[in-house]
Amino acid sequence: MATDSATHQFPLPAILEYPSSTPPELITQGAEGRLYKSTYLLPSIPCALKYRPPKPWRHPVLDARLTRHRILSEARNLAKCRREGVPVPNVYAVDESAGWLMMEWIAGDPVRVAINEWLQRRRDDERAQGRTGDAVVEGKGEADADLVALLRRIGAAVGRMHKVGIVHGDLTTSNMMLKPWERGKEPANGHNVESDGLLEGEIVIIDFGLASQSTSEEDRAVDLYVLERAFASTHPRAEKLFTAILEDAYREAFKQAPVVLKKLEDVRMRGRKRSMLG
Amino acid sequence: METQMKGIPRGALISLGCEGSANKLGIGIIAHDPTTGKSTILANIRHTFVSPPGTGFLPKDTAKHHRSFFVQIARAALRAAGISPAQLSCICYTKGPGMGAPLQSVAIATRTLSLLWGKPLVGVNHCVGHIEMGREITGASNPVVLYVSGGNTQVIAYAEQRYRIFGETLDIAVGNCLDRFARTLAISNDPAPGHNIEQLAKHASGKILLDLPYAVKGMDCSFSGILAAADILAAQMQEQDAREARGEPAVNAAAGEVRITPAELCYSLQETVFAMLVEITERAMAHVGSAQVLVVGGVGCNERLQAMMGYMAAERGGSVYATDERFCIDNGIMIAHAGLLAFETGFQTPLAESTCTQRFRTDEVHVKWRD
Repeated sequence: MATDSATHQFPLPAILEYPSSTPPELITQGAEGRLYKSTYLLPSIPCALKYRPPKPWRHPVLDARLTRHRILSEARNLAKCRREGVPVPNVYAVDESAGWLMMEWIAGDPVRVAINEWLQRRRDDERAQGRTGDAVVEGKGEADADLVALLRRIGAAVGRMHKVGIVHGDLTTSNMMLKPWERGKEPANGHNVESDGLLEGEIVIIDFGLASQSTSEEDRAVDLYVLERAFASTHPRAEKLFTAILEDAYREAFKQAPVVLKKLEDVRMRGRKRSMLG
Repeated sequence: METQMKGIPRGALISLGCEGSANKLGIGIIAHDPTTGKSTILANIRHTFVSPPGTGFLPKDTAKHHRSFFVQIARAALRAAGISPAQLSCICYTKGPGMGAPLQSVAIATRTLSLLWGKPLVGVNHCVGHIEMGREITGASNPVVLYVSGGNTQVIAYAEQRYRIFGETLDIAVGNCLDRFARTLAISNDPAPGHNIEQLAKHASGKILLDLPYAVKGMDCSFSGILAAADILAAQMQEQDAREARGEPAVNAAAGEVRITPAELCYSLQETVFAMLVEITERAMAHVGSAQVLVVGGVGCNERLQAMMGYMAAERGGSVYATDERFCIDNGIMIAHAGLLAFETGFQTPLAESTCTQRFRTDEVHVKWRD
């Protein structure tokens, strides 16, 4: 039954076995669940279906309890964000006993891909001018304006999410999408008409699988710390710039930011982990 | 004597390891063949301090046990290996983490041996000892490691000469949770409380799962709340027993109350905490893209945990590597092995620095012997 993970074919969840005009497509397989692309109501409305398959090693009672709880909590947190104006995918449908959650399909690339492409292009430009291309991105000058604007949008989005009492639990640049602006909805300021458009778009936070409702400074600070660590390991050249701008934009978007940022300093000092072990 | 000598290859480096971070005193002797890189286990002797049912092992009593048995165990190890102290290349001891007093007793005894025999000392991180021994025995090359014992609960993956901790317990260790629950039920600590819980759980029907909290936070987990909830259920069980003894019905069947038994309690506790461990391990495996998992530490002997882990790994196209009680439970051989690996890269602990510490994280060790 177990085959090589690269060629492993997973059985489809029951919901995707009904005939449809667009065949379902497996997008990713994480530890917790699988993400499929399908359509909702009309063939022209794409959707994302998150499926949490049963875990056969868990006691069936425990498995059913956990799956149900997690699907419902993810749907509730998404709905709450949506209601309060935090940019997240819209929830279309839920079946917690079958273990799936159907959401709006967000077009565009993850922020991670966009930033890496942008950094690569910048490196190529520097090399073309005869420099090493390993320079730290300082965020000064015209050339870095796009990245600074993007980081500001990230900080603002996280700030708004915290403001409504949700912590994400797994903030990374892979869990943020860069959704192309809808026509006529581009922001009046901060939108660079001259640019190549690589870093343009609305930040949409995705994957609320580990999210919870919390207003504690500690939880919020850990959320920021996880994002900071994830950013440093995926885009080390822009690490310094990231911290400064994120904090700035976060502060503007969220009134209680100073307390959280103070706590963040403590979290940084000890790391996410406790230092004691017996 | 001659048959035992045959096991040692010519020119082999031989190391003696002493472990006493908790209630086991273990002394082991291992030989590394520098040409083939193969290791040969020459001796693995252990003596366990077993406290009476309903109690745990206290540091002062455990330290006393280690002091009283050290000479006897060391002699037995040398005899089993059939070597003289002069043949040793180094003497290794557990530097930490663990309980202070037992660690100190063994550190002092090891320093004495080092001075007596004129051999260099090597201080070893206990967790790294478990990982290296598990890799050596099972042949797993680069697995995600789940280290579960009475003192530690960590999910570890190797990267750039460090064993990095991806997830860990936020409060007590999973083995501590099981040990303390064994105390609540006053079941025997011999040979180990966790072993007795495992045996009791086998008598459960498997149909009932008593409601216990499930505490996973990302790749971390927490066990203290589960222990408290299990203790409450155990108190309910005692009430039911008392009612039955008075000749009343034990349970209020109309209210849907279930009759709780020690077996059902042990079963539910195991199912819940092991599901948590499998979940955080799976998350780490997905994160680093590995399909191998190695389970080490005393709780790693549990066959139910091994089976659950095996099921998960098989579904990811990999497999689980586990060892038996000789190497899962704390032992001297793992300290000898990890210490010798470090010694071969030129590492030694000068006498003046041969201290021990209760706090010594797995990721503090520079793993110079791997690339």
